[in-house]
Amino acid sequence: MSLGGRTLGVIAALALAAGGAHAQISDGVIKVGVMNDQSGTYADLAGPGSVVATRMAVEDFGAAKKGLKVEILVADHQNKPEVGSSIARQWYDVDKVDLILDVPTSSVVLAVNQVTREKNKALIVSTGATVDLTGKACSPNAIHWTYDTWSLANGTGTAVVKSGGNTWFFLTADYAFGHSLEQQTEAVVLKLGGKVLGKVRHPFPSADMSSFLLQAQTSKAKIIGLANAGADTINAIKQGAEFGIVKGGQQFAGLLVFLTDVHSLGLDKAQGLFLTEAFYWDLNPQTRAWSQRFAKLHKGAMPTMAQAGVYSAMLHYLKAVEAAKTDDGPKVIAKMKEMPSEDPVFGKGQVRQDGRHIHDMYLFEVKKPSESKGPWDYYKVRATIPADQAFRPEKEGGCPLVK
Amino acid sequence: MATTVSAMAGSLPRAQSSLHQRVAFLVMVAFFAIGPLVIYPLFLMKVMCFALFACAFNLLLGYVGLLSFGHAMFLGTAGYVAAHTAKAGLTVGGFKFLGASVPVLLQLPPFNPEFAVLFGAAAACLLGIVSGLIAIRRQGIYFAMITLALAQMVYFFCVQAPFTGGEDGIQAVPRGKLFGTIDLSDVTAMYVTVFVIFISGFLLIYRIIHSPFGQVLKAIRENEARAVSLGYDVDRYKLLAYVLSATLSGVAGATNALVFQLAALNGVYWTMSGEVVLMTLLGGLGTVFGPAAGALVLLSIENYLALLGSWVTIAQGCIFVACVLTFRRGIVGELGRALKKSL
Amino acid sequence: MSEIFGIPTQALFGQLLIGLINGSFYALLSLGLAVIFGLLNIINFAHGAQYMMGAFCAWFLLNKLGVGYWWALLLVPVIVGATGVVIERVMLSRLYQLDHLYGLLLTFGLALIVQGLFRNEYGSTGLPYSMPKELEGGRNLGFMFLPNYRAWVIVASLAVCLGTWFLIEKTKLGSYLRAATENPQLVRAFGVNVPRMITLTYGFGVGLAAFAGVMAAPIYSVNPLMGEHLIIVVFAVVVIGGMGSIMGAIITGFVLGLVEGLTKVFYPEASNTVIFIIMAIVLMIKPTGLFGARR
Repeated sequence: MSLGGRTLGVIAALALAAGGAHAQISDGVIKVGVMNDQSGTYADLAGPGSVVATRMAVEDFGAAKKGLKVEILVADHQNKPEVGSSIARQWYDVDKVDLILDVPTSSVVLAVNQVTREKNKALIVSTGATVDLTGKACSPNAIHWTYDTWSLANGTGTAVVKSGGNTWFFLTADYAFGHSLEQQTEAVVLKLGGKVLGKVRHPFPSADMSSFLLQAQTSKAKIIGLANAGADTINAIKQGAEFGIVKGGQQFAGLLVFLTDVHSLGLDKAQGLFLTEAFYWDLNPQTRAWSQRFAKLHKGAMPTMAQAGVYSAMLHYLKAVEAAKTDDGPKVIAKMKEMPSEDPVFGKGQVRQDGRHIHDMYLFEVKKPSESKGPWDYYKVRATIPADQAFRPEKEGGCPLVK
Repeated sequence: MATTVSAMAGSLPRAQSSLHQRVAFLVMVAFFAIGPLVIYPLFLMKVMCFALFACAFNLLLGYVGLLSFGHAMFLGTAGYVAAHTAKAGLTVGGFKFLGASVPVLLQLPPFNPEFAVLFGAAAACLLGIVSGLIAIRRQGIYFAMITLALAQMVYFFCVQAPFTGGEDGIQAVPRGKLFGTIDLSDVTAMYVTVFVIFISGFLLIYRIIHSPFGQVLKAIRENEARAVSLGYDVDRYKLLAYVLSATLSGVAGATNALVFQLAALNGVYWTMSGEVVLMTLLGGLGTVFGPAAGALVLLSIENYLALLGSWVTIAQGCIFVACVLTFRRGIVGELGRALKKSL
Repeated sequence: MSEIFGIPTQALFGQLLIGLINGSFYALLSLGLAVIFGLLNIINFAHGAQYMMGAFCAWFLLNKLGVGYWWALLLVPVIVGATGVVIERVMLSRLYQLDHLYGLLLTFGLALIVQGLFRNEYGSTGLPYSMPKELEGGRNLGFMFLPNYRAWVIVASLAVCLGTWFLIEKTKLGSYLRAATENPQLVRAFGVNVPRMITLTYGFGVGLAAFAGVMAAPIYSVNPLMGEHLIIVVFAVVVIGGMGSIMGAIITGFVLGLVEGLTKVFYPEASNTVIFIIMAIVLMIKPTGLFGARR
């Protein structure tokens, strides 16, 4: 519980504004606040790595050469909505922040979105998953960059049912994020003719999953869908191995699994897991080159899709500021929607009217230990989901901005 | 402003308040009156809410000697109730229970802020009566454990109950118009409102402490057996103090929810209960001004360390250990000792 | 197949067994708390942090020094228990003449510091700890697949709990301990070094928490917050059992594990709350807890 916000600024790039070229930049400096979980559950998959990614974007954009002054602030919202909204208020009111970036945890995303709209600034979400940000809570001040619950449910659900996994049992974290992930996946499964044999909602967080796993086992469903995240998912898979779930012929489908989770589990336990992500470091030469640069700056850890998304989003934001010649929140956001995006990480993409950034998503399968050539060599691509099918259609979201 | 300040100082009961207490009160009022010119007002509003919370808590720990480790349940519940009534009004009935659907018995439109706060406080009061009846029968560590466990039940209830919005909390709570006329979305109006609530709450607690009722509470703290032998119904006194403390905590929680336009799970979690203990301990147990000072100092530290996430917990832990081992009188307690005055 | 309330009996057996396994952890942890409370009259709020330290210590021994699970089971309680001895000597011993609440506040502060430091160092994703080779795999009991390690948890925990009970209730050393809680002066007059006995008792209680931590390491992820979530539940177990009652803590631990296991079948959402509900009911009927004496 803390008000936050009075943070130590990290000056990423310093340059004097040349002449009057950037007269519309407030205080002559673009202030970006990276708000995420610096020490809790989501610290590894976003956390300090997202700050590294933001700094890389500022460098690669060449802000200094273009005479743009960019300053990066960092704060830890501890995954608590009231901490997040306090920090956001103080950032906008006192520190004159122009953009808030990253923001894991759906509840905090919605709270910060509220404040951003009230103060008429800009918000770009990469790690947060709530599909409401581009649905009923959509705003002219916000963009959702990397993924959302719908795209995960759609990617993993479709692929698994099509490959024969037509009976499901859900292990759902008992809170809004878990429920929405479960409902969206269930819809996909039913649409494709699959069946849901049962579901169990476990308290969040749960250290012990054995009781729920046992219920999944007795259900005899082919697929156990994990509608949870972080430590809960890791525990479920780990304890699943102990109870012989996979040996007994059932399979896990992780609905939100990050590279760092697989790293923590080890291939031995995670092998064969299907998962949907927007990015993997070993996709093509560009992603490899970028990721290796990232790893050098971040204790050797490869980037997750959340961190890659922060880079991609920040780069596009700076391009839009340059094109719009202002850092005024809604104007930059509008510009970002107008311009197509392109970068070495996500390739080509585009921001829709509802604030959804669309790009290809990928279905991965976790490699067997024997297939892996070394650390971080974890995924093989099973399918590419084209951008126009990877996200919820604009009309279905109920976003008032879509006419 | 100066006239109001001196008028408020005058409202301290003359007979019981000594000069130095009035001076300290003036300093505090002046700090919160001039503060927003230099310090971020939202932060000061938060300090006032938590200062009131800590003062209410101190009423129980400092003057009755009961350590509640579950006071967050009052802060949080009142916050939820105030936020809900301010945002959606109140609906009684209209749900399904055991298959039978209960008709809508009562439906009220969104509450004005003053009613939202009152309603929140009433909810905390009710919770105080229920939990008090269970907890008050034990003392010391037992009391601490029982309140902790009761608060944990409330926490799980809030996680599950549909109206609390689970881990999203209740967001975008409108601050509304005070008495239907004063728009609280204006920072100054909101600040003055919080200021008035805090000062009134503070004075009320001051009155309680110095009333005959307060004297009986102190007698219970010093020697419960003697109080019983003098014919006092100790349990009733304790329960009343507990409920008063709960209600005032509720006022603090409800106000806080309006200020931040948000009520979330953090408010009912047990770490919040620990935090208020820490504020009171740091400021000075059983002192009049200690809890407020403790709230200010602790929140400033947290604010400064916010970037560093887990360093906040480490700092809190260190303060706890230091207070318990070497600094048991707290800031104001030590100050009072140095000045040889009770503050 | 026969059914009870729509749940196949076989599945029910499985759930009960799993409840028993969780109960083993509750019993071990509440036992440590009860031992400390019984002699020092202190609620050891750092118990969860010390459980976590036990798990981390095992992880550290395995990954940095190559010391395996079985040795860890012996060494870790001693190492973490030693930190407990230091804490008792340096800090807690200065508080005995004060209100017991100060002990609670001090250990609460210590818990915050320890958890914060570990979070800073190791994040909170959790570290993997591999299962000892001897206990991998499992057996099919007909109604469920029981991993060998889980069976071992029940056996080991029962053995440690009953051993502790025997030590305190049935041996000479235990009788000194119990006498020292009643009347320290008298026991001192018999030539027993009471302060040292108190120190060692605290160390022993902490060692029990650390032992539970090692037991937990292979099945739950080793994570700085693993104790924080558990400790509040364990407090409730101790309150229900009657604070300071050794047998009360053991029995209540196992029984509440079973009750929680059943809740997970019939109404999983409430499985975190059920223990607190039971606690409230027990306190209304019997304020001293099920096995507690009036204090």
